[in-house]
Amino acid sequence: MVNLDYLDELEAEAIHILREVAGQFEKPALLFSGGKDSITLVRLAEKAFRPGKFPFPLVHIDTGHNFQETIDFRDQMVARIGEKLIVGYVQESIDAGKVVEQKGKNASRNSLQTVTLLDTIEKYGFDACIGGARRDEEKARAKERIFSVRDEFGQWDPKRQRPELWNIYNGRIHKGENVRVFPISNWTELDVWNYIKREKMELPSIYFAHERECITRNGQLMAASPFLNMDHEDIVETKTVRFRTVGDMSCTAAVASEATELDDIIEEISQSKISERGARMDDKVSEAAMEDRKKGGYF
Amino acid sequence: MNILKFFTAGSVDDGKSTLIGRLLYDTDSILADQLEALQQSNRKNDDGTIDLAILTDGLRAEREQGITIDVAYKYFQTEKRKFIIADTPGHIQYTRNMVTGASTANLAIILVDARNGVVEQTIRHSYLVSLLGIKNIVVCLNKMDMVDYNEEVYLSIIEKYKVLAGKLNIKEVTYIPVSALKGDNIVHASKNMPWYQGESLLHYLEKVEVDGGAKSPYARMPVQWVIRPQTDELHDYRGYAGRILSGSFKVNDKVMVLPSGDHSVIERIEIFDKTPEEAHAGMSVTIHLKDNIDVSRGDMLVNANHVAQHSQLIEADICWMDKRPLDENITYLIQHNSKVTKCRINEIIFKVDINTLEKKEAYDFSLNEIGRVVVKTASVLPFDLYADNKANGSAILIDSRTNLTVAALMFRAVVE
Repeated sequence: MVNLDYLDELEAEAIHILREVAGQFEKPALLFSGGKDSITLVRLAEKAFRPGKFPFPLVHIDTGHNFQETIDFRDQMVARIGEKLIVGYVQESIDAGKVVEQKGKNASRNSLQTVTLLDTIEKYGFDACIGGARRDEEKARAKERIFSVRDEFGQWDPKRQRPELWNIYNGRIHKGENVRVFPISNWTELDVWNYIKREKMELPSIYFAHERECITRNGQLMAASPFLNMDHEDIVETKTVRFRTVGDMSCTAAVASEATELDDIIEEISQSKISERGARMDDKVSEAAMEDRKKGGYF
Repeated sequence: MNILKFFTAGSVDDGKSTLIGRLLYDTDSILADQLEALQQSNRKNDDGTIDLAILTDGLRAEREQGITIDVAYKYFQTEKRKFIIADTPGHIQYTRNMVTGASTANLAIILVDARNGVVEQTIRHSYLVSLLGIKNIVVCLNKMDMVDYNEEVYLSIIEKYKVLAGKLNIKEVTYIPVSALKGDNIVHASKNMPWYQGESLLHYLEKVEVDGGAKSPYARMPVQWVIRPQTDELHDYRGYAGRILSGSFKVNDKVMVLPSGDHSVIERIEIFDKTPEEAHAGMSVTIHLKDNIDVSRGDMLVNANHVAQHSQLIEADICWMDKRPLDENITYLIQHNSKVTKCRINEIIFKVDINTLEKKEAYDFSLNEIGRVVVKTASVLPFDLYADNKANGSAILIDSRTNLTVAALMFRAVVE
């Protein structure tokens, strides 16, 4: 028995899961956010299926509040790998009156994207959606299966999870249901960064230290942008920052950082005393914020 | 650096989640914002210190009731090793969730409350560990602070546990006296128990060598997906993609395809852009064969000199996991690696009372019941016995009416 190095083991497990998705589902999709975790998924999919094509398209739920760097990166990457990209626009859900823009200073489109996601799943008939969520991110995610069955409303029911035994994944569902699949469930934030380094992967520039106009709100550094509701109390300052996690501009906080290289970032995260999702305003609402959103159909 | 996956078994009040919380806390694995959230929580220990158990109880319903309902996975690392902890519920009602957490672990920590010693749930948890074939077992005698760190208590519980281990055919057990609440012997050696010369739990976990579950040296790879680009330049490319369960495959090895029995030779092994001469258990690879034979998802490539069992009648241990009891008149689906086929339970051999370990005659299985059955499958399964090869000796049952996973199966014998 050869003991695999941890990155090899995590990689082999993720590839196995991706190939199970390909084998078990009719119309799977890979949810691509432009963040490092979904970029890692794309790399793993290349390892699982090349020289063949991916047996699924990439799907991006675009809130319209993204960092431009993320969108540019997405388009370049899709061109490089030659795979199909489907974009679901939150703006369309708003225009159709399906969701209403949040009001107030901390308004964000984060929770609105669930509706667009579910509509996109229904429109294309996706039966499995691969996502880059990790169990180390958050305590509700720590409880979720790798194959997580959602009902026809996209809802996660933590009390009715299927037993998931050994490396056998049961992806059988009824019509209308779908499965969220998380191939990097067992990876930590640091594992992802070490893998990015090992694989010499490209990332959107906002992950690296750069100068940016920011305001400080609730103790967090937020990028000044037209998507953020700002008033006279907000003081715009130029800071050297980077983003540790990439979501909407309106709900993703920056961290003050001088880390311009991967090694600096890995060093910074190893020393960090704050968790990755500590920079997500969307998780700060309550102790069960993530659990409640997942029950509603969130990623 | 490699990964150790372990799970913790203990009952509601054994302090299981506290033990995990203590491991994370004392290895400095809890970050400031998580700690802040803990400190703000209303749940506190009697002496006002933070309740470490909240770290793993991730669901609203769990925090409300102060119990663990489903498995939570936690991750931490030291300079020596990476760890994945499956924090599993101990209550009998959630046995299936415990089995879920235990199925991927290669080490088990069984918690025993030093005040109560070996009790019914210790028997149940130990039985499940032996059933799942987990060879590395640590018995943590917790709450030593409540028995004045008394060595006599420790010794007498060990004596009792040895009797149980003997009955369950558990070979090796490591015993560590701890107090998860106070932190004795979890990460740091206890000053309160100078009579204990062994290592702290963490030091033990950092060093212990574990077997990955596949004792069998024979090469097995279920085909998950056939890669056929069908482009002009890759017109003849046909790669069989899968994860090697056991043994290793080398270029020029003779292989057999099961269940068809066709023979071929390995032409090339690919791991993305690399073409290694040899690939081992645990790796996800793409294999090319010299002959153009029929191979598809659900088939298995095996070493031609050491082929797997292939039979339609298999004796198996069963752990029933559904609210609807087993029905011998129903056709179920069995999923074994990448293959799904119909099956029926042909015979119930016995049921085990998991609290007393007595074997009983039985006619059905209800939620969380365990026993032995004969399964008849619609097509031939290429398998090994669970004791030799966990990955190729295990399967799940699916109820096609509900699509739910209703049972775990561990293959014990071929029925002639």
